[in-house]
Amino acid sequence: MFKTSPEVGGMGHSIKRKEDLRFIQGRGNYVDDISLPHMTYGQLVRSPYAHARIKSINTAKAKAVPGVLAIVTGEDLAKANLAWMPTLSGDKQMVLATGKVLFQAQEVAFVIAEDRYAAADAAELVEVDYEELPVLVDPKKAMDAGAPLLREDREQKDNHIFHWEVGDKPGTEKIFKDAPVKAKIDAFFQRCHPAPLETCGCVADMNTATGRLTMYMTSQAPHAHRTLFALVGGIPENNIRVVSPDIGGGFGNKVPIYPGYVCAIVGSLTLGRPVKWIETRSENLMSTGFARDYHMTAEIAADKDGHMKALRVKTLADHGAFNAAAQPTKFPAGLFSICTGNYDLQNAFCEVDGVYTNKAPGGIAYRCSFRVTEAAYLIERAVDVLAQELKMDPVELRRKNFIANSKFPYKSPLGWTYDSGDYETNLKLALDKIGYQALRKEQEEKRKKGEFMGIGISTFVEIVGAGPAHTFDIAGIKMFDSAEIRIHPTGKAICRMGTKSQGQGHETTYAQIVAQELGIPAADVLVEEGDTDTAPYGLGTYASRSTPTSGAATAVAARKIREKAKKIAAFLLEASEEDLEWEPGKFFVKGSPSKAKTIQDIAFAAYTNIPPGLEAGLEAVDYYDPPNLTFPFGTYICVVDIDKGTGEIKVRRFLAVDDCGNIINPMIVEGQIHGGLTEGLAIAFMQQIDYDENGNVQGGTFMDYLLPTAVETPNWETDKTTTPSPHHPFGAKGIGESPNVGSPAAFVNAVVDALAHLGVKHIDMPITPWKVWNILKEKGVTG
Amino acid sequence: MANKQLVKVKINGRSCEAAVEPRTLLVHFIRESLALTGTHIGCDTSNCGACTVMMNGKTVKSCTVFAVQADGAEITTVEGLIKDGQLHPLQEGFKQEHGLQCGFCTPGMLMSSLALLKKNPNPSEEEIRWGISGNLCRCTGYQNIVKAVQYAAKKMSAAQGGSK
Repeated sequence: MFKTSPEVGGMGHSIKRKEDLRFIQGRGNYVDDISLPHMTYGQLVRSPYAHARIKSINTAKAKAVPGVLAIVTGEDLAKANLAWMPTLSGDKQMVLATGKVLFQAQEVAFVIAEDRYAAADAAELVEVDYEELPVLVDPKKAMDAGAPLLREDREQKDNHIFHWEVGDKPGTEKIFKDAPVKAKIDAFFQRCHPAPLETCGCVADMNTATGRLTMYMTSQAPHAHRTLFALVGGIPENNIRVVSPDIGGGFGNKVPIYPGYVCAIVGSLTLGRPVKWIETRSENLMSTGFARDYHMTAEIAADKDGHMKALRVKTLADHGAFNAAAQPTKFPAGLFSICTGNYDLQNAFCEVDGVYTNKAPGGIAYRCSFRVTEAAYLIERAVDVLAQELKMDPVELRRKNFIANSKFPYKSPLGWTYDSGDYETNLKLALDKIGYQALRKEQEEKRKKGEFMGIGISTFVEIVGAGPAHTFDIAGIKMFDSAEIRIHPTGKAICRMGTKSQGQGHETTYAQIVAQELGIPAADVLVEEGDTDTAPYGLGTYASRSTPTSGAATAVAARKIREKAKKIAAFLLEASEEDLEWEPGKFFVKGSPSKAKTIQDIAFAAYTNIPPGLEAGLEAVDYYDPPNLTFPFGTYICVVDIDKGTGEIKVRRFLAVDDCGNIINPMIVEGQIHGGLTEGLAIAFMQQIDYDENGNVQGGTFMDYLLPTAVETPNWETDKTTTPSPHHPFGAKGIGESPNVGSPAAFVNAVVDALAHLGVKHIDMPITPWKVWNILKEKGVTG
Repeated sequence: MANKQLVKVKINGRSCEAAVEPRTLLVHFIRESLALTGTHIGCDTSNCGACTVMMNGKTVKSCTVFAVQADGAEITTVEGLIKDGQLHPLQEGFKQEHGLQCGFCTPGMLMSSLALLKKNPNPSEEEIRWGISGNLCRCTGYQNIVKAVQYAAKKMSAAQGGSK
């Protein structure tokens, strides 16, 4: 690939981020920073019970609070046919409860007042008379004969949502029947929450004079949300403008539409004034956007030499009270069928059953391309269990079973076509860099002294960048994505995309793609996203899809511009197009490089000296439908030391060697890896949204839902290999989620490895010191 | 609504006042009464530190202070870091070392880092990590924030004649 100068700042340059200047000066524009004339504030009244019938709601005292303007209940919404809304998974969800509540913190009423304090006061005074109902917390009991029926609204009178299966069941069974070695693991991937530092919120502004709704909201997918508001709310789509301003982190939390957004719109329609609704942290953790909650069993069939033959997976998925999973329509368990990992198996079979429980609805793809984190964790844990069974080094076992380079594009037994991979080179770099053999030796010596040290390996593959459109849609909308580039007469540019950054640095990286393709310095390229009135339609940013889709669209749109630029250059140079050559920034006549026209000359001519027969202007738009997903991969190695007296785990070293193909901005990629590893660390050791037997949330504040600070977070070591995607316009793959997908298994494998000689085979996350201390105690280890 | 009380502060060098309910949190006073929205709210329990500001030379989490308690105080927020159009070395460091992604924690991180460097101009990595441990970041994994603080410490000590 042509390397542009640092001044141009194309692909491969670690240029500093363009968006930073406003953030470091406190001049960002997040949704709670928006203040409109006559703005009002909304506050949700939430259920204290996990399952209860609503006998009555009395709003009289609440209405008497000075400053209160309106109180909306489910019954009010039902009159407008808005008490329920569709979810992204073909289910429906209550906006405000009618009849009964199905999870703690469910939305019951919406209070609107002149200021947020009055709204909160009044919400406290809304009297709801509940009759408690039996609570279903354990998904394993959801299908029991005596289980309470949660969803009385459905025709189907049980708590089962879906059964989904993929692969060759008889073929897989046959291999298992004859297999000399089998390994099995039961692993629970706990319910957790992405908890971006900014919670969800919106300002709904219905202009009753024009009939136009402007919706400022924390949306990772503003266009899709506009369409859904139009379809559900009946407002003509041309009369809805969704603006997604600066977003304080998303990680999947800001993909779905939540009841609060709908209530704010209803409130603004009712009052003719803007309504602001901002979640508190507890509301965020207790009601919106949980992830995972997969009870998984995996079995591997192998021969005695460690050649893996088949994989069998059975999973019970807890979706809470409504199936509000945010994922492509045809995939009720997302892309979980990537669970064969980077191993070349003869056969596989995977089945997932989803059930309802009295918990918050979901689940969303938390820094994950739809259940890929669960899949990567499961296979990478299962391989370690097999290694233990075979008494084989986990590295050797993996190596033996990697998909060989010659097999790409590789068709997996569960139906995916991996675009490219070089797993051995990646693994070798990681082993050399961390000094694997020396670490094993050290571990052996430490064991003799009664000290606990563990080494965990995870060699994962991901599947990111949905489309292609023939397979992927969300609520019927195909998962392409878009870019529009306009070059101004002076050679500067503005680009708009259908995606939406939540901190990923799009304003910089998309500008670098334009710089690479057209030679216009990245500094001269303004990138705008998030305003549906101006940006081309797209499905948004999640599932590591921005670079694979809108990034690709940016390159293709730039190439369209280059085609036109070539015609203009030929006219200006009085040469034929065939005689022109391109290098980023200029066309020149073959053999005489001084006869050249820069992209800036050409842009000026596009408006001032237009060749006969050509349209004025220099712009292009592209809606990019990827031919396949991209399959980034990596090797993560974690070294832990365990304090046998306290059960405390110290991550001594963690090395991530990633391969995401060609890189736009190495600094930003490394930053994404640091952040994703820290979330992986949190999931492995700290984060869990648990429930007690009455359905009370046990992780409803940052006091109970633990996030790592700078003190718990180790220094991350990173490196890379480069295996470009063969089908992506500039050979890139998604990266933002790899560290979160690949790392939990590395952490857990390291802890289990430290305790393996005591007979420990598995520990469910989050692995707290308390859990480890209990294991040590049980095994007779004394501090 | 309770009777309002007049609260006067000197914020980023400017004298301001507004009448608020006695229960008004300082963070709401700053963000809404004084329209300085750089200071953020990330939790309800004083854990996240997004609302960190300097009050009379010390950092406070402004979600845990009433506006009336700040009456007469000198307050510095993120908007007050820039001087004569020059970014503060910490602001520069965060940009140079990629110490931010979504930017939501950044104002609070900057204020806690500022307090740390005032107290300890040449902190070790461990001291930096402890110094910002009252502030949560969900994007960066802290590593580049540590580097950003080191960048600023170096630049600030060089500006003071390289004295340690």
